Amino acid sequence: MGVQRAKGTQDLSPEDMRRFRLIEGVFRDSCLKWGYEEVRTPTLEYLHLFTSTGTLTPSRLGRVYSFLDWDGWSGERVVLRPDGTIPIARLYIEDMSERELAKLFYVTNVFSFEATGKESREKWQCGVELIGAGSTAADVELLLLALGVLKQLGLQDVEVRLSHADLIRALLAKFGLNPEEQHNVFDRILDGDAEVLAGMKSENPELGKTLATLIDLKGGSSGFLKNLKALFGGDSKEMEPALNNFIKTVDLLEAVGVNYQIDLASGRGFEYYTGVMFKLVIGGEQIGGGGRYDHLIPLMGGKPTPASGFALYLDHLMRLTRVATLVGPSAQKVLIKAEDSAMKEAFKLAAILHKAGREAEVDLGSQQPSEYKWLITVGVKAPRFVLTNRTSRKKFEAQTADEVIKILNPKP
Amino acid sequence: MTKQLKIALPKGKLLPDTQALLQKAAWGMDGYVDGAKIYRLKSSRFPNLIGKIFHERDIPIQVAIGNYDLGICGLDWVEELLSKYTASPLVKLRNLGYGEGALYMVAAGLKSAPAVEAIQAGREVVRLVSEYPNLAESFALKNRLKRFSVFPLWGAAEAYPPESAELALVAGKPGEQNFNHNLLAVSEVLNFNACLIANKNSWEREDLSELLASLDGHFPAATKHPSLPASRKTGRITGSYSSPKADENIIKLALADGHQQSPTVQLLSKAGIRVDDYPSKTGNRRPVIGLEGVTVKVIRPQDMPMQVANGNFDMAITGIDWLTDHLIQFPSSPVAELLDLKYSLVRIVVVVSNEVPVENIAGLKQYYSGRAAPVRVAAEYTNIADKFARDNHLGVYKVIPTWGATEAFLPEDADLLIENTETGGTIARHNLKIIGTLFESTARLIGNKDSIASLAKTKRIKAIVETLRAAVSSPPPKGDIELNPSLSPSDLHTESRKSETNWDFSKGRCLK
Repeated sequence: MGVQRAKGTQDLSPEDMRRFRLIEGVFRDSCLKWGYEEVRTPTLEYLHLFTSTGTLTPSRLGRVYSFLDWDGWSGERVVLRPDGTIPIARLYIEDMSERELAKLFYVTNVFSFEATGKESREKWQCGVELIGAGSTAADVELLLLALGVLKQLGLQDVEVRLSHADLIRALLAKFGLNPEEQHNVFDRILDGDAEVLAGMKSENPELGKTLATLIDLKGGSSGFLKNLKALFGGDSKEMEPALNNFIKTVDLLEAVGVNYQIDLASGRGFEYYTGVMFKLVIGGEQIGGGGRYDHLIPLMGGKPTPASGFALYLDHLMRLTRVATLVGPSAQKVLIKAEDSAMKEAFKLAAILHKAGREAEVDLGSQQPSEYKWLITVGVKAPRFVLTNRTSRKKFEAQTADEVIKILNPKP
Repeated sequence: MTKQLKIALPKGKLLPDTQALLQKAAWGMDGYVDGAKIYRLKSSRFPNLIGKIFHERDIPIQVAIGNYDLGICGLDWVEELLSKYTASPLVKLRNLGYGEGALYMVAAGLKSAPAVEAIQAGREVVRLVSEYPNLAESFALKNRLKRFSVFPLWGAAEAYPPESAELALVAGKPGEQNFNHNLLAVSEVLNFNACLIANKNSWEREDLSELLASLDGHFPAATKHPSLPASRKTGRITGSYSSPKADENIIKLALADGHQQSPTVQLLSKAGIRVDDYPSKTGNRRPVIGLEGVTVKVIRPQDMPMQVANGNFDMAITGIDWLTDHLIQFPSSPVAELLDLKYSLVRIVVVVSNEVPVENIAGLKQYYSGRAAPVRVAAEYTNIADKFARDNHLGVYKVIPTWGATEAFLPEDADLLIENTETGGTIARHNLKIIGTLFESTARLIGNKDSIASLAKTKRIKAIVETLRAAVSSPPPKGDIELNPSLSPSDLHTESRKSETNWDFSKGRCLK
């Protein structure tokens, strides 16, 4: 068995890391401008943090990386963070609950077993959580922040698909499904399992029709939702608060000029969400998503606190971000060569150049000079520094480091 | 059929019916008998078929990893593997119609079974115990338990509720509703029969048709097909649940089942301590001990260190082998060794096949250094085996957990064993040799440090230790028991467990 990385994991190459840092940088800058603060939670959490809310589905919890810690004789397990939002909610409850409003963001990895080998078992997310704001404006702000990041990354044709968790719940509850069955049934419907729907229709044909209509319908305006409300008006009292909330959000999105598609089926995986949910899609590939989760913090033992958030999937964005928008290695790199006797001077010069804001490397014997703009040979005797501009093929001589900097940065 | 094919066959309760099936199919596997001394089998009808006898629980794993093309075992163990490792390359070929059983999640209840929700409501952490830890965990997740601990057990799960666990996943007869100790079925988790399984690759690529055809027509008529592993509840259970009030003053003592029972009884009787119904002919796991304020439960010695560490028991009698294994996994565990009881002496040894030209532990590293494949270390003591491999720089290795009959793994399915032995006879009979002794193990009285330090218990624990100490060192039975309350808890600590740094398996001995 040779040396190899663990199955389902990935390395990030220098090229990958340039993409990663670019995306992360754009994301951080945007969040900071909107007044969000960066946080980081531990990789290891108690498993019960994720089981206690009762919101994550058994199939998701069945794929976590959990184990007994070195002091785990109580039998309780720890887990490699399988979700970004729940640890932030934990952090808020534990350390920040005196704050009325917590605007937090993070760049983090999450771990979940994936058997097909098509995706990594360690995924990176850029996440934002807006805790303490329950208004429609809060949902819209998050969506604008997310879209702003994607725009700055030069990504076009971003589709916004909207769904509403409470609306789906209200629908499924009409079929007498308990919360445990709701996720299961909804996921099966979305997987195209006609039997589930057929079974429900035969028990309650009217409802089945309503559900099928709602899930199939797609629309691009609040008028669409208002029509829906009118269509099912009489027999859908339970759906009314959710529909009204949905319409209000959509009206504001229209006012600020965000294009969207209403698609209830995009509510897949609505586990802890309560209100409006959104998915961000580029070319059929989901690159992010989020929504409102007003019950999560109280379910975890905190005060009733409205909250919403989203995550952008870094791994997907890394594939989509075009190289043209990347900052490549600097075209002004400097390579410093020296005899053994002049090594001390070479390192001294490198330090001075770094301080002056230049990228400068000391030759370790295997650098390719062709990758550098400047070669500087350092000697013990005069001329102490010989500079070669590899583009113009010109040579310069210098006696001091200051003179070197002057030659590298000619006054315009 | 040209390529060699391998089948893993069960020992234990499925053996007689499996033996009958193979006889009817005229496989001619003569050595496949109850109490077989040799685990490797040949078929006189199919010259390319070889078989091996395993503990039932090992069979799905052996088939999934591709060591065996076919296997026969209970569906319960197949589902135990698949419930956690859903992607295992395993194909369930056929219900064999015998070995019928069912897995039940049971809890203590007087008239009606309590609802899972009621159990969660009354407990911060719900404790589940089972020999089937993966199925137990999957049950906890499906039922959305908010906070739970799953304790994998070697056995005796039915002894735990209600004091030491809320829920136990146990095997029983199909349709069973009432279990020992007032336990009731909260949920029927699985109906199972013996089944024929295949490795997915073998099933897709090898010609197994002749073998499979030979079995056809010889299956006993199945009374019931094993259900899919649906966690179906027995009715809609809405019963209430009240956690038993634990008396903080009671000292909870665990005694071992199995062959440790008779030397334990001898020692206790020498110490003037009577235990009624232990060993029990009826399988009673709660014998009454003649010590005021002490209750006894009978569980597996393997499970004791963990159960003492988590406070389910204050004291237990188990082997230093199992305590060592526990302390390697949990170096800061609050379990202390209180007294060496000097019986049940076994050696924990390193074993290889006679064909391996290695005579001592030092030679192992060199012998395996050039090998590309991982060194496979099979052991019931998984943590000792892991530490042994690390300390001896075996390089790329894997530990294969086993549930008994570990000798059967060498040489095909493992490269070395960490095993216990009294005389070395079994090892020699399987054409194996001992190349080193890690340490000698005897029965020990162990205790929970917090219990020992607690005001309510410290004096009585000390008294019990001193009584047993006197019994260990003096041959004649004693009359009056002189309790010695002058000993302080710290005296107990001084002879408590050796720090883990004292175990250095690279020297081939446990240094003390």
